[in-house]
Amino acid sequence: MTSILTNLFDGVAYGMLLFVLACGLAVTLGLMNFVNLAHGAFAMAGGYVCMVLVNRMGWPFFAALPLAFVSSAAIGIVLERTLYRHLYARSHLDQVLFTIGLTFMSVAAVDYIQGSSRVFINLPAALQGQFDLFGVGIGRYRLMIIVICGLLTIGLQMVLAKTRFGSRLRAAVDDPRAASGLGINVPQVFAFTFAFGCGLAGLGGALSAEILGLDPYFPLKFMIYFLIVVTVGGSSSITGPFLASLLLGIGDVAGKYYVPKMGPFVIYTMMIVILIWRPNGLFGRTAAR
Amino acid sequence: MSASSDVGYHAQRQARWHYGEAAFWLVVLACGFLFPTRYLIMTDILRLALFAMSLDLILGYAGIVSLGHAAFFGVGAYAAGLLALHGIVNEPVLALVVAGLAAMVLGFATSFLVIRGVDLTRLMVTLGIALLLEALAERFSNITGGTDGLQGIEMQPILGEIPFDMFGKAGFFYSLAVLFVLFLFARRVVHSPFGLSLRAIKNNPLRAAAIGIPVNRRLIAIYTLAAFYAGIAGALFTQTTAIASLDVFAFERSADLMLVLVIGGTGYLYGGLIGAVLFRLLQEVFSTITPQYWQFWIGLVLVVIVLVGRQRLHRWMLYVPNLIIKQVAGRKAVVAVPESDS
Repeated sequence: MTSILTNLFDGVAYGMLLFVLACGLAVTLGLMNFVNLAHGAFAMAGGYVCMVLVNRMGWPFFAALPLAFVSSAAIGIVLERTLYRHLYARSHLDQVLFTIGLTFMSVAAVDYIQGSSRVFINLPAALQGQFDLFGVGIGRYRLMIIVICGLLTIGLQMVLAKTRFGSRLRAAVDDPRAASGLGINVPQVFAFTFAFGCGLAGLGGALSAEILGLDPYFPLKFMIYFLIVVTVGGSSSITGPFLASLLLGIGDVAGKYYVPKMGPFVIYTMMIVILIWRPNGLFGRTAAR
Repeated sequence: MSASSDVGYHAQRQARWHYGEAAFWLVVLACGFLFPTRYLIMTDILRLALFAMSLDLILGYAGIVSLGHAAFFGVGAYAAGLLALHGIVNEPVLALVVAGLAAMVLGFATSFLVIRGVDLTRLMVTLGIALLLEALAERFSNITGGTDGLQGIEMQPILGEIPFDMFGKAGFFYSLAVLFVLFLFARRVVHSPFGLSLRAIKNNPLRAAAIGIPVNRRLIAIYTLAAFYAGIAGALFTQTTAIASLDVFAFERSADLMLVLVIGGTGYLYGGLIGAVLFRLLQEVFSTITPQYWQFWIGLVLVVIVLVGRQRLHRWMLYVPNLIIKQVAGRKAVVAVPESDS
């Protein structure tokens, strides 16, 4: 019984992490209809920035996390302004080729700068180990992830639902032409959202070094996971990707624990079945256009 | 002349063999005699060319973007390896066909998943299938050898006459023969009414359906055929290198394949062949500059190609040949004018 609860807890932490990593992609892929296979590269950038700051320069972990966000967002906005925006109107094939190219470049570049082995971020002592809560083993680090990601999710939902920027984004997504007719600067809104999504991915990358493992092949290894979150979750709200991430996280952890020999088999089969059953995603209406 | 006979006239004109094409194949054959020390790399190029031609059939002619074409390559590779290892089918040509058929069955089965949904779903499903097969191959390591791959494959002589030699001469001419035969068949297919209907589907599936083309059936057919081709390419890989390992399913293989086709251009069959040569040359150059990080430059090439625009690039590349042909023969080059693709 307690092992089930511990697994559930780990699964939730894993799922929340996936959500933070992938929700930027939900915007670019689901809303802007741009196939960005290089999303993991932004996450990796954040992770490595955090690693360098903490391990080499002795920053405290919690001070490095915001910087991971900022640096990934900065890379995101530069690339969006210089390269990505030229490709919004191009075919999916072009977008796929372009972002695969970027992914290859990022993998080789990080390999060149930091070496190909897996890196670890030195965690403060307060985040290590686990404690018992009614007999259920709770990892401190995972608890922190759940808290941070939970707060982020609530914050995102609030921004989207309550603020002026949120309504602009929703308008720009629903009908870009009408939105720009109303005086909304659609490219600017998209650029800002893209950068914010990249920043979130960077933060997720920094947080995931401990759980998912951070090495130069990160963008390739987890590409499919991000895509699953978005296509399965749909993108009409952030609730869809959120639920899909939780499902994926819990499914993956449980799958690895109870049927370790089947490995990733469970996840891929689930994804294919869901996509066949509901091509627009479980919770979405416009995920796959 | 009415519009319909006009279409037929142009289709027939295009289907006719050109001098350039004959010259192309003669050059390829001549390479086999001119560079006797380079059989291994040339065989590699031929395999890649066949694999790229397979993707061209679905991408260039039917407009299906696949991120997991390595799935069929891998199935063909493992099928050929297992057939040879357990001595089920000893004769290489027959084993090749059997391995191709195995991939074809998989292609037929998965085509129903692929034709459902739009671009994005297709990307996901094709990618998912390739990853799934990789996971399966790793899981059933008692059959596939797991991460070590299939080892100790010994190939019997081709047709019971010609043994594989260590310099790869037999392997090269064997691969070339297979490639040429399959090329002839693909050429016949794409210039047939069936091939023309595929182009109609690619340009506009809705209109194609409106003029009575059974869109889904055509897509299933070409996808299955492409799977067969990819399976043969995979089987050739195993037969000429005598190994089959997990990386036959790798995502990088599917991604590299895209690059091959993009370099060569889609939709005129030679794209895969030319692209394979250029890709291997590029790879060779990059890995002499930076042995470990050649992937960076490959990625850069992809990014630049997309940013410059594939069609513009092909216009530039054809500028000089066109100029020469215009001067000499007073007309435009007929070879290598790739169709604009969506």
